[in-house]
Formats: sequence, structure tokens, C-alpha cells
Amino acid sequence: MSRKDYKKPLPRIDEENRWFWEACARHELVLQRCGGCGELRFYPRGLCPACLSSSVEYVRSSGRGRIHTFTVTYQSQAPGFRDELPYVMAYVDLDEGPRVLSNVVHTPPEEVKIGMAVEVVFEDVDEDLAIPRFRRASER
Amino acid sequence: MSLRGKTAVVGAYEHPTRYAPHLTPHRIMAESARGALEDAGLAIADVDGLCTASMGPIGVIALANHLNLRPTYLDSTNLGGSSFVAHVAHASAAIAAGLCRVVLILYGSTAASDRLAVGTGGTGGFGDPPDAYETPYGPTVVGSYAMAAMRHMHEYGTTSRQLAEIAVTTRRHAALNPAAKFHDPITVEDVLASRVVSSPLHLLDCCMISDGGGALVVTSAERARDLRKAPAYVLGAAEGVVHTGVGRQDLLEVAAAQTGPKAMAMAGIGHRDVDLRMIYDSFTITVLLTLENLGFCPRGEGGAFVCGGRLAFDGPCPTNTDGGGLSSNHPGMRGIFLVIEAVKQLRGDAGARQVKKRDVALCHGTGGVISRRHSGATLILGRERG
Ligand SMILES: [Zn+2]
Repeated sequence: MSRKDYKKPLPRIDEENRWFWEACARHELVLQRCGGCGELRFYPRGLCPACLSSSVEYVRSSGRGRIHTFTVTYQSQAPGFRDELPYVMAYVDLDEGPRVLSNVVHTPPEEVKIGMAVEVVFEDVDEDLAIPRFRRASER
Repeated sequence: MSLRGKTAVVGAYEHPTRYAPHLTPHRIMAESARGALEDAGLAIADVDGLCTASMGPIGVIALANHLNLRPTYLDSTNLGGSSFVAHVAHASAAIAAGLCRVVLILYGSTAASDRLAVGTGGTGGFGDPPDAYETPYGPTVVGSYAMAAMRHMHEYGTTSRQLAEIAVTTRRHAALNPAAKFHDPITVEDVLASRVVSSPLHLLDCCMISDGGGALVVTSAERARDLRKAPAYVLGAAEGVVHTGVGRQDLLEVAAAQTGPKAMAMAGIGHRDVDLRMIYDSFTITVLLTLENLGFCPRGEGGAFVCGGRLAFDGPCPTNTDGGGLSSNHPGMRGIFLVIEAVKQLRGDAGARQVKKRDVALCHGTGGVISRRHSGATLILGRERG
């Protein structure tokens, strides 16, 4: 796989989020915890919105969670996705707390349910970039 | 200080076009300006404030250029589709503060003839920080609203039939609006038989994309008394935003929960005082969530609330009497039409769809995308100054 074969939208990487995507490239989902007030936050940003501290600790997520809600999309002009209809978009509640938007993959759309246990799976764009998505996990 | 009773909407004009490959957005806005000023009995030379917003690069400076206006108050606040509802509040504040006297609010779009994929485009953003965690997943607008609908169904047992009732009632209103795009009646079965765009939302749960535009004229309550038509006084207004924050968002909370009570408190009214609700209907679920969050019914009871024709113009809770974005028009940002229809209804000029009791109207615009980031703007208009 190389970046020019990957048709789906890529994240815009900047100085505030580069570390997050570098972690994804290593197949690690990493969250931030504020060094000032302790609040765990998603998505990544340099300052804690609660206390404006720039002190930060990095917490590796288990990558496990549950489907909070989802939709099976049958019509989309999104590059890459329009060739893979239908696809599943979902909010996943990570075990660590944050609710994140993603896709449910490697799982038949008709079997996706709210509350279903999922785990992160990284889709490699190339050796420097991977996109975290989720697939059905065994029940715990 | 409150805005209550300080200003009024004195001119309102909805451009009749629904498909206009022969017109530009600026032509639509100029024609709408002409219509609204004529409605108010004012001249273009009276205008000293200008508001606009668009999905594209139409700026307020270029618009002033196009109309050869040199206003002393300029406002291109872009909150998405709710912008024009907020513009009425901003214009009122500016007038009350003495910054200007007559504000023209304009909107024009050729989204349909430009073949814009507004709801299913799926690019999901403009490169803002949160977009990096959304665009890689192909988030369409309809899909984002669909996720809120799915969650509502899961938590409260809301059904597709109940959502369909909103589309059916709204189509009934469109049939009574000669300018509306769709006039043929539909049934709940028709909605359920239409294809699923993004589960659980069917095609007929979604607004159309049309061309169109409109204009509003706002001035002081004092000046409003001497103008051509009965004033629609601004009684209350509020705006707000709901977003993903740091990742603990409640997908069933919309900005109306914040703006509704605030606007109603400013107006000094309760829910029973509202004779007409004009609610942004990008999708059926948008109406249901907005009604709940405004407090017209408790959270979770929206499904039952919208059934039995309750929202019909001749029912107990008249809502979206023009036919809405679902059946009348939706050029991408619909907020201005909420206010235009409210003004028509308060004046008693709504023809076959006229509501019987017409003292107070509540408009609520939603802009952006529910379940990701959206704005809300509530505006309360009344026939009495309050
Ligand atoms: Zn903090």
C-alpha cells in the first residue's frame, strides 16, 4: 500500500497532532491527560480546554470500547468510501471514556449493534500513517 | 438590557425560484432585497446595515459592492443554516445600540443548479482541527444526523414511522404553499418505502437541495409603526453551539436546549404562548430533537409527540407551515425562510395554510451538523411589542 493508492480522505497533520498520528503509525491509540487538572481529552490538542495548562501526559488506550451509535451509509460522495458502499460510521465509547467517531470494519453491517464490543484495528496507508478503525471484538 | 420589543421585522420576501440555472446567487439576493424593501415600504437608500452568510465565498463586502451599499453595520456571521436567524438578533442589537437604523439580511444560493452534494458530500469539513478525526471516516451530513436518530431509537423506542409523520405533515403544508417544490401528498408508507440513504433515515426523511433565497428588513419598533405592513416585533433571541468538546458529548442534546429557554425568558413567554414553530428541518430527526430540546415535549417523547397530525397548521402545535426544507425549499442554509414564514403567519398572510391563532412565533435554526458540531439560534417574534 502506498499513499497514492489510498483514496479515502487523509487527516490534516499539523504540529499539534503529529504525535497522535505517529502513534497510530506504530498501531497505538494514544490519549492525552492534562498534567494540570487530570482531565482526559479527545481529540488531541496542545492546551487543556478545562484549565488551559499545556502540561500533558500521554495515556495509551486499550483500543477497546462499545458502539454508542452507528449508521449504515448507502449514499456518499466521500472519496474512497463511494466505492465501498455501504459502510458503517459509528461513535465508539472507548473504555477510557472518550467517545470517538470511526468506522466499523471487518464486520457485516447488518450485525452491527449499539452496545456491541469493538476493538481498534489500524489500516496502514503507508509506513508513516495508519488510520484507526474498529471491528467487532469478543464479548467481555 | 434586553432586546424585547426594541425592533421588528418589517419586510420579508421569499424568492419564488426553486431551480434557477439562469440566475446567480447575487441576482437572487438583489431581487430578494427589492421584494423585502417593497414589502416594508422602504427604499434601498434607507439601508445602513447589511447581513449575509453563504456556503461559498460570497462575502458581505462583495455583496455591498454589488448593491452599491455603504452600510455602517456589516455582519457576515456564519453559523451555518441558522445564520439568518442569528442575524435578526444581531441586527436588533445593533439598531438598539444606535449603530444603524435599517438592516437588510440577504441570502441567495444556486445549490441545486450547481449540483452541490450538500448532504452526502462526505468530505466532512474544511480542515479545522476536529476534522482530522472525522474526515478519514467518510462522515456525510445525513449519516451524522442518522447516528443521532439511531441513538434516539435505541434509548426511547422511537420508530421510523414516527419520524415519517413529520415528513407527511410537512408535505401536507407544502401542498398548501403554491411556491413549494413538492405538492403531491405522501403517506407514512411512502416514506418507509423510499430508499435508505443512511440508516435509519430514508430519502423522504431528508430535505431537498433547491435553489433559492430571500431577504428580511429589520428596523426599530418606533420606525416600524409607520411602515407598510404590520410589524413582527423581536421579543426574544439567543444563540449557542454544541460540539464534541473533549469527547463526552450527548448526541441527543442540541443547541435549542440552551437557546430556547433563554429566548423565551427574554420574551417573557411560556410554551403555551407559542402559536407557530418554525424549526429547521434538514432531516425529520432534526425537528424531533429540536422540539424536545426546546421543551415542547420531554426528552424521549418526541416520537409520540409528532404523531396524529399534531404539527399540522390546523392542529394543536402548528410547525413548519411553509412545507419546510423537506418539501418547500432548501438551498443549503434555510434559516431565513423560517423567519419569512413566521412573519407571513403573524400578519395573517399565509393563505390556505394560515394558522388560526397568530400572536407569537418561535423560529429555531440549526447550522452545521448535529452529532458533530452545530449552532442553534432561536428567535421569538410577536404581533404585540411585549
Ligand atoms: Zn486541565
